[in-house]
Amino acid sequence: MLEKAIVLAGCAVGAGLALIAGIGPGIGEGYAVGKACEAIGRQPECKGEVTSTMLLGCAIAETTGIYGFVTGLLLIFVAPGIFLNLL
Amino acid sequence: MNVEINGARIFFEIPVLGGIPITATMVNAWCIMVLIIGLCIWLTRDLKVRPTGKRQIVAEFVVQTAQKFVVGNMGERFRNMVPFVSAIFSMSVLCSLSSLVGAFPATSDLSTELAWAVVVFIMITGTKIRTGGLGGYLKGFTQPIFILTPFNILSELATPISMSFRHFGNIVSGSVITSLVYAALAVASHALFGWLPGALGEILGSIPFLQVGIPAVLSVYFDLFSSCMQAFIFCMLTMLYIANAAEE
Repeated sequence: MLEKAIVLAGCAVGAGLALIAGIGPGIGEGYAVGKACEAIGRQPECKGEVTSTMLLGCAIAETTGIYGFVTGLLLIFVAPGIFLNLL
Repeated sequence: MNVEINGARIFFEIPVLGGIPITATMVNAWCIMVLIIGLCIWLTRDLKVRPTGKRQIVAEFVVQTAQKFVVGNMGERFRNMVPFVSAIFSMSVLCSLSSLVGAFPATSDLSTELAWAVVVFIMITGTKIRTGGLGGYLKGFTQPIFILTPFNILSELATPISMSFRHFGNIVSGSVITSLVYAALAVASHALFGWLPGALGEILGSIPFLQVGIPAVLSVYFDLFSSCMQAFIFCMLTMLYIANAAEE
């Protein structure tokens, strides 16, 4: 019983810790959008190009956060079953 | 409070090779494919040199937009990539948007995106081999110095994984957050009306009033914006990777 509780608690805490990965993309995307706004303010005529480049960059910056999210999903939905079988 | 977050449901299994499961993903993806093919056939029926109907104008607009998108990003010599990129784009958008009508979106299953990403990976490798030859392709792994070979191989393999996980994670995070918000709103409306005395409080508390309206705002972002955005980004990355592979 105690082992089961420890495994489940470990999975839940790990999922929570995995979502700390969301901090990085948040800061990075905010910085990118801010710079894009500056660029558009300086040269309003290249708004379309700046926006599409920014969205692409944001999507790539988001990847690490997505990895954290997928890890969290795995820890909640997949890992408990596997680890409980191992006991 | 009950939260249901499920993967694709398995409808039945084909009893060959140890059982091939037919999931909601496959069924919905085939439905979308039939829909796209039907749409193409309907849009391109009896074309004329001078378009008279609205239908042909719409069809020409779609084709021209796709050509401008691909040729503008990859250059004139990749004009043969237009059908491939538009196929992935339309498939991705319609699969993600199918969650609006309550169907299980095929893009919230990693297998779908992984299949697309593997196809793109094969195309990237093929383009690299065609431009530099097999020797040039293998030699590219030892650049700039041969110690970096394992890292080059890793970064090569990371391309399909990161592409598929990005699309998958965005769509699934939308559906997970939406179902969490629904569950939370049910609890909140129970707390709002459940304190009323007697049967009145019991009845009013069991109806989730707050679920009306508020999730629609989330749906606009997660279903409409995120779906189109991810399809755009997947196609954009496909084009960039393939165009880069041809330049080396």
